[in-house]
Order: sequence, then structure tokens, then C-alpha cells
Amino acid sequence: MRSSGSPTEQHRRRRTTTFGALALCAATALLAGCASADPTPGGSHGGSDTQAPSFEPVRQKPGSEITVWTDSTRLPSVQKYQKAHPGVKMNVVTYDGGADGSTYLQTKVQLFDRVGKGWPDVVFGTPNDTTWASQPTKPGANPFAAPVDEDGLVPQATLNGFAKGSLTPCQYGGHTYCLRNDIAQVVLWYNKKLMDEWGYQVPTTWPQYEALGRKAAKEHPGYLVGSVGDTNSQESYFWSSQCPAFDQTRPGTLRVDLSDSRCTRMSSLLDGLISAKAVSKQGFFSQGFAKNSGNKVLAAVGPSWYGQYLFKTAFGIPAKQMAAAAPLTWPGDKAPATGNVGGGVWMVSSHSANLKASADLTTWLTTSNDNQASAPTYPAYAPAAKAWLGNPANSEYFADDVSGPFEKAAQSVWTGWATTKFSDATAWSGVVLPALTAGHSLTSTLPAWQKSISDEARAHGYRVINK
Amino acid sequence: MTLLETRRVTVPLRRRDTALRRRVGGRAGYLFVAGYTLFLFAFGVFPTGYAFYLAFTNELGQFTGLNQFVRVAKDYRFLPAFEHILIYLVLWLVTLVVLTVLSAVLLRSRVGPRTSALLRFLYYIPGALAGVASVLVWLFMLDPDVSPVSWLLTALHMDTFAAVLQPGNLPVIFMLIAFWTGAGGWIVVMYGALNTISDEVIEAARMDGAGPWRTAWSVQIPMVRQWIAYMTILAFASGTQLFVEPQLLQTASLGRIGLTWSPNQLAYVFAFQQGDFNGAAAISVFLLAVGLIAAGLLVSRSSMFRLDEK
Repeated sequence: MRSSGSPTEQHRRRRTTTFGALALCAATALLAGCASADPTPGGSHGGSDTQAPSFEPVRQKPGSEITVWTDSTRLPSVQKYQKAHPGVKMNVVTYDGGADGSTYLQTKVQLFDRVGKGWPDVVFGTPNDTTWASQPTKPGANPFAAPVDEDGLVPQATLNGFAKGSLTPCQYGGHTYCLRNDIAQVVLWYNKKLMDEWGYQVPTTWPQYEALGRKAAKEHPGYLVGSVGDTNSQESYFWSSQCPAFDQTRPGTLRVDLSDSRCTRMSSLLDGLISAKAVSKQGFFSQGFAKNSGNKVLAAVGPSWYGQYLFKTAFGIPAKQMAAAAPLTWPGDKAPATGNVGGGVWMVSSHSANLKASADLTTWLTTSNDNQASAPTYPAYAPAAKAWLGNPANSEYFADDVSGPFEKAAQSVWTGWATTKFSDATAWSGVVLPALTAGHSLTSTLPAWQKSISDEARAHGYRVINK
Repeated sequence: MTLLETRRVTVPLRRRDTALRRRVGGRAGYLFVAGYTLFLFAFGVFPTGYAFYLAFTNELGQFTGLNQFVRVAKDYRFLPAFEHILIYLVLWLVTLVVLTVLSAVLLRSRVGPRTSALLRFLYYIPGALAGVASVLVWLFMLDPDVSPVSWLLTALHMDTFAAVLQPGNLPVIFMLIAFWTGAGGWIVVMYGALNTISDEVIEAARMDGAGPWRTAWSVQIPMVRQWIAYMTILAFASGTQLFVEPQLLQTASLGRIGLTWSPNQLAYVFAFQQGDFNGAAAISVFLLAVGLIAAGLLVSRSSMFRLDEK
């Protein structure tokens, strides 16, 4: 039987009380005494968001080996350069930093910055990568990406040749930190064979698109004119509607206002089409979609790469059925505007000891017709895009010539949807898509989507405006 | 004579031998634990110390007191992540304790030795699969398009993979994966623990009129409660570290599961997406504190280390 009042027990209690009091004192001292040190990363001396840090190249070693990190899709291009330029010493590494996005590069660069070595000379990445790579990852570190417009690394004339707005994600503080490899301008895809058979007109405006969806759902149940269930569906629809979801009004300030009429007009349109079962809540790339509904896609609002990768490869639609039309317009809008779903960038490392070779490789990869004419996706460099469209392999699958719609869309990508330090897919996939699956309407989910984007933006150091 | 001589000589020799053996045995003991100790310091103590250093400083190395903890606790993802892990832990620990102990008792008392051995082997197999492989198996099981139990998923109104992965289902899904992977091994351990109870004790209980359930509840389970506490502590510690499962499901679900579902994922995002190693360390220290408090409570409540009861 325990005696609660035994001397030993009392001693234990006294000891516990003393330890508790000491711990409390220590905690209070820790809390109170150290408030002056700023715990925020970069808080005490983070660089200004409007000024690009000055670039000082490391000591150059002409002819030295350059390390190139590429995704597997772009590997053949790098190998092609290697074959054509045997004098350039290259160490080619394949990694998972494809256009779909990966935090691998960021993770590794942060670690390289801590140990002060290991950076690759040239990397393929996403436009989001440029947002962090153009700024120091920690105090005292150099930004990973070198400004390619400085020291004549890439001539201004070459930079001017890229499609309108395609280099916007590369630009920071008046400098250009990457070269855009490809763009994924959004067009209207449609099954020409079915449209002709059913006597349907190809829509040119969003209201016409809505009417087409309702008509198709009524007359041919099961057929679809789109999907909102993919990670990037918001880029096809809301970006095309010029919705201010990622409106960077000034560096470091993001306007997220999903109550704007340019957002609600799209959500209302989509809610109607979802209710009519003309737009699927399942993603085109979700499990089972290709098998169950792939051949029932009458139309789709999506990027230029849908043609080869979605309709041909994933859905197996026979050749000469799919065609592309120019981006849809809203009544009252002066100029067409469209979205962009992907597209990678090449960056040169500021730590490279052979900037000349690195810049030459990057320029060749993005602008050379030899490379880009046979590239898997639509080149951002306008002359190379012409060569790409001229390659029969990129056009013979389609029912019509896609050149006109592709070129028009490439020049119509709305630049009001900023590339931020965080992916625009996280909030859409994590908040909006589960809500749609649970049966909520898109319009009713806009406040939650706005909150999620705003929270994420603040966590990444943005000042957020919601009106 | 020979015997006497032998005795006279043998006694000191034995003493010397024993002393020598003690010395050698002592050295061998140190040698055996040296490797473990080395790795414990290299990959356990040192990183923990470094995490504490980071958690109490900023990126300039300035001492910030508890400010890093306050800052990460205010982050909008902090509470949801800990809430997720709490719900998951309650489900996982209750299921683990109840079902493993029940299974072990049944195996010990109601199943023949051969069947018991076979079942224990079968239980152990899922645990032999690495964590990643287990998740891949479950990705297959949870997708109504390919799952062998798609009829069950459909009956539960989950027609698509997206419907299966709705946020409310995630703690149950992770609990299923964890149970399937880890419970088999613990059943074998519990079975071993029950084997340490002598047959006389069970027989005495039977003689006193206790049936199988009364014997299990009043005799067997109390006698292995230290093992149960041990299992709970380890399962709790591993449960708070949940990372691979939500991370892989996040990728497989095309982002329908957040990147910061669990605290460990949140720490990973802090470190490797936001470059905030100090904040990540503060979250890790939070997790360590939670684990230590839970372990302390379990140890004290279960009298796990009370030698006089062994």
C-alpha cells in the first residue's frame, strides 16, 4: 500500500515542484529575453523584392566541364547538342525536375548553398523554379540563376524572339533569369469528325461553348466538352477568363480576389456544364478516365500538348479526327486571352565556372531549329515554333492545320496570372477538387480556394490583397 | 592424491579463468555496444542536438529563444497537421492494441500449434514489405478501377479513386496501411510475450473457474501489459513520424492530398520548399516533445520499468 505522506514521497514532490518551477523560469526567460532576434527566415536582412541582386560571376575557367541536369524528356536534346559539339565537356545528369514540377532542384540547391559547392551549371526546370532561383536562398548566398541578359550571355535580339509574355516568369528586378523552352498555350480542342457528323458549329466564344456543351449533353448523353478534375484545369479555365487568382500587382504583393466577376463568370459557366454532365469532375489524367470516357470527349479546353499526349497517346483517338480552334473569347473583351498549362525553362547557374559554354547550350536548346523542330512540345522561341509547326510529325495527326490556332494562342497568353514562389496547383487540387467530388459547386468553393491561395502566399512571404 | 592435487590447482585456476573471462567478457560487451553507440551518436544524438540548436536560433545563428516554436505554431498548416496525426494515432493505436492482443490471445489459446505457426508466418509477411511497397499495394487496392475489392468500395459510394481519397477518409486509409504493414509483427511479439506465462498460472485460473475470456482479461493481458505499453510507445513514435504514406498518396492522387498533411511533411516543406531549416527543426522538436511526453506517461502508467514486478 502506498503512503502518500511518506518522507520519500514528500521529498519527490518537493523535487518535482522545484524542477517544474525551474523549467517554467527557464521557459519564461527564453520567451522574454530573446524577443529581439528575428526568427523569420531572411527577416532581418532579406533582400528587397524589387531589386535584383547584383551578379558577380565566379572565376571563369574556359573549356571546363559543365554539369547539365535535365529531365528525361529533354535528355535527347542535350545529347544531340553533345554530339554536335564534341569540344564541349559535359556531364549530363537526368533528374525528375520535369515540366510537371518537382522540388528536387530547390531542395538540392538549398543544400548546395549551405555547403558551398555542388551546383549544376545548366538545369531544366519549371517557371516556378525561377521565382526562388532568381533570389538568394539564404543570407550571403548568390541567387542560383544567373541573369542571362548580363555580360552578353544571351543577346537581347535573341530574347526579343520569344513569344509575347513567355519570358515574363523568367524576369525579376529588370533582368532575365531563364530561357523558356516551351509554352503550353490553351486552345479549344474538338473532335471534328463528331462535330461534322452531328452538324455542330465550332464555338468561338465562351457562351457558344456553354451552349455546345448543353446541347451535346442533351442529344448525346455521356459526351463531354471538358473536365475540371485535373491538377491544372484552373489554368485552362480561370486563367483564360483572366481571373485575378495570382495577380502580382507589384513584386512581393499578390492580389487574390476570386469574387471578381472574371472568376465568377467562369465558375458559373462550369457549374452549369457540370450539372448538365457535359464537363467531368474527373480529370482527363485521372485513373480510369481514358478507359471509360476517353473516346467520348467531343471538345476540351486545354493546352497545345493535349493533341499528341492526351488525344493520341492516352485516349487513342484515331488520326484526322481532332482539331484545334483559337482561344474562346468573352463578350465585351477587346482582345482574346488564354491560359498556359506548363512549359519548362532552362537556367544557367550563377556559380558556373564556364558561363559561356552554359549559355551557348541553353541558347541552342531553346532557339535552335535543329533541336526545336522535333521537340515534343510547342517552342517558346517564335522562329523555332515556325519550324516546329512545319515538321509533319507535329501536325499530321490532326484533322486540320493547327498552326493558326496555336500561333494565335501563343500570342494571347494572359500575363496577369503570375508565376509565384509556390505552385498554383496546390490549392486547386487540395481544396477545390475534393469539394467538387463531395458534391459542392465550384462557385461555392471560391472563398475556400481564395483562402487557401492567400494562406500559401503569406507563408511564402507575399503580401496578400483580397479585393 | 591426484584428485587432491587437482583440486588444489584447479580452484585458483578457475578463479583466474573467471576473472579473465569477466575482463574479456567486459571488453567484448563494450565492443558489441560500440558500433551501436557510435551510430546512435552519429545519427541520433548529434542530429537531435543540431535540431535543438536550429530550433533555438535563426538562420544567422542568433539565439531566438522559443520564437521559432511560436512562429511555426502560428503557421496556418500547423494545427491541421497535428489534428490529422492525432486522429490517425487514436485510430491506429486503438486498432493496433485491441486487434494484436486479441489475435495473440486467440493464437495462444484457441489455435493448434501448427496452424498457429502458419498464421504467425502469414501475419509477418506484410511487415517484410518496405513502406513504399506497402503504399503501392494499397494504391492498387483503393482504386475502384483495378481493386479486387472494388465491389466493397462501390458499396460504400466510392466509385472513383478521388472519392476514396476524400480528406475525411485519409486517417482511416493510413490506419489500414499501418495496421496491415505493422500489426503482423506485433502479433508475433505478443504471442511470444504470452508464452512467457507459465502453464501453471493458466491452469490455476481455469481451476478457479475462469473461462477463456476471463483468463485473457484478468490473467494474460495484465501479465503482458508491459509489452503492450512497449508496443504502444513504439507505434506512437512511428505514427507521429508518418511521412511516406501521405507523400506517395499525394503524388498518386495528383495533389488531392495536401503536401502538409502530417507534421513531418510540414517540416519537410519548411526545410526544402521554403528553405526554412530553423522552422523545420522547431516542428521536429515539437514532435520529439510529444513523443517523449506520451512515452513518459505510458511508462509511468504501465510500470514498465518497475523491476520488482518482473
